[in-house]
Amino acid sequence: MIKKLQKGWRPIFVLLLLFIGWEFTARITEIPTWLLPTPSQIFNELINGWSSVSVHLTSTIKLIFLGFVSGVTVGLLTAFILHNIPFLKESLYPLLILSQNIPIIVLAPLLVIWFGFGLLPKLIVITLVCFFPITISAMDGFRQVAPDLFHYMQMAGATKRQLFWKLELPFALPSIFSGLKISATYSVMGAVISEWLGSENGIGVYMTLSSSSFRTDRVFVAIFLIMLLSLLFFIVINWLERFIIRWKAEEKNRGAS
Amino acid sequence: MELLELQNVSFSYRDKQILNDLNLFIKNGEFVTILGPSGSGKSTIFQLIGGLQSPHTGSIILEGNDITGNRGHISYMPQTPSLLPWRTIIQNVVLGQELKAKKNYKTADEMLQKAGLMEYRNAFPHELSGGMKQRVAFSRALLSPQPIICLDEPFSALDELTRHEMQLWLLSIWEQYKKTIIFVTHNIEESLFLSDRILVLSDKPARIKQEVIVPFSRPRNEELMFSEEFLRHKKMIHDFLKEKVGQE
Repeated sequence: MIKKLQKGWRPIFVLLLLFIGWEFTARITEIPTWLLPTPSQIFNELINGWSSVSVHLTSTIKLIFLGFVSGVTVGLLTAFILHNIPFLKESLYPLLILSQNIPIIVLAPLLVIWFGFGLLPKLIVITLVCFFPITISAMDGFRQVAPDLFHYMQMAGATKRQLFWKLELPFALPSIFSGLKISATYSVMGAVISEWLGSENGIGVYMTLSSSSFRTDRVFVAIFLIMLLSLLFFIVINWLERFIIRWKAEEKNRGAS
Repeated sequence: MELLELQNVSFSYRDKQILNDLNLFIKNGEFVTILGPSGSGKSTIFQLIGGLQSPHTGSIILEGNDITGNRGHISYMPQTPSLLPWRTIIQNVVLGQELKAKKNYKTADEMLQKAGLMEYRNAFPHELSGGMKQRVAFSRALLSPQPIICLDEPFSALDELTRHEMQLWLLSIWEQYKKTIIFVTHNIEESLFLSDRILVLSDKPARIKQEVIVPFSRPRNEELMFSEEFLRHKKMIHDFLKEKVGQE
C-alpha cells in the first residue's frame, strides 16, 4: 500500500500541474466559458448539477454493466466454440476480424431502425465492441498452452474435456484478463455511443444535450465522468485478476524481491 | 506373468524408421530400464505405450488386453516436472487420480509425508526447487491408478548431486510401493543403480540390442556405485552401447 502511494503521487502530481496550468491560461487569456471552461467552473458545475447528472450516471453504469456481461459472455462462448471446432475456426475467424471493421457510428442508426429504441440495439453495440478482445485473447491463451504440460496431460490419459477444463482454461486465464481489461474500457465508450442512438437518460444523452446548447462546462463534466468510469472499471478488473490468479501474482512478487 | 508386452512393434515418422520389430515385456513389480543414446527412439516407445501414437505394425498388450493406440493406461512422469502452476502441491499430486478415478486426499497426504513434502502441501510449484518438483511429479505418477509407471529421463535436467539424492529417494519410495516401473535414460550408472533389468537399445531403427539382468540385491545404497562389481557391469554396458557405432 505504501509502495503504491509512493509511485502513485507522480501521475497525480502531473495531473494537478496540468489543471493549474489550464486554469491560469484560461483566466489570463479570458477565453469565454462556452469555448473553454476552467477546471474550477467544471468542478462547480459537477457539484451544482449533481442531482441531474447522477440520474444519467446510474443509467449509464447499468448499461455498461449489462453490455459488458453480454460482451464477455459472447466473447468467451465464441472463443470456446472456435477453439474446439477447428472447422468453424477456419471459416469464421476472418469474419470476426471483419466484424471489427464495421463503423459503429454508421451501424448504430441502422440498429435503431431494425430494433427500435429499446435496450437491445444498445446491447448489440456494446457487445460488438467488447467481445472481440476477449475472443482473441482467450483463443491465444488456449493455443499457447505449455507443450510439456499438454504432453503430460495426454500421456496421463486426459480426455478432450479434461484437457480444456483442467489445463487450457486455467492456463488461458491471465491472457483472458488482458482481454477483459481492454474490453472494460471499450464497454464504457460503447455505452456512451449507444446512448446517442436515443435514450431518455445516460451520460451520452447528457453530453449531446449539453453540446447542442453550448454548455461546454457540462460537456467537460461528461468527459471527466466517462474517464473516471473507465478508470474505476479497469481497477475493478485488475483487482479481480489479482484475486483469481494468485499463483501468478506471487510469482511476480518473488521475481521482484 | 507379463504385465506389459510389446509385440513386433514398428514405427516410422516421415519415412524414417524409428522402431523396427521391437519386442519387449515387463513383469509385474519389475523395475526395467530402457537404455539408449539420445535420439534413439526411447521417447517414441513411451508415446506408443501411452497411446499418443499408433505403431504401424505390432501390438501393445497390457494385462492381456490389447491397448494399441489407446490412451490413459499408464501413469507417466516426464523429463520436466510438468506441474500445473495454478494448483497447490496437494492438488497437483491428486491430478493423476483425478483424471482416471476418484481423488483420495488421505493416500495423497500419506504419500506427501513419505516423500518429505508435507510442509509444502499447500504451496504453489514455483516455490519449490527443481528436485522437490520432481518428487511431486513422481508422487503424482505413483498415486495414479494405472498399474505401470513410465519415467522419461526424469532426472536428466538436475545437477549431479541432486540427481544422486533423487535416485536414492526414488528407490526408498519405490521399495515401499513396489509398483511396476519402466525407466528411460541414457545414463548407464543410473540404469544400473536403479533397475532389476536393463534393455540396451540400438541406434535407429531401434531394437533391443542386449538384455542385462542387474545382480545387485535390494535395498541398495550409495556404496554400491563404487564397488568393483558395479564398475565391471558399467564397463560391460558401455561396450554394448559402443558396439553399435562400429556396426554402422
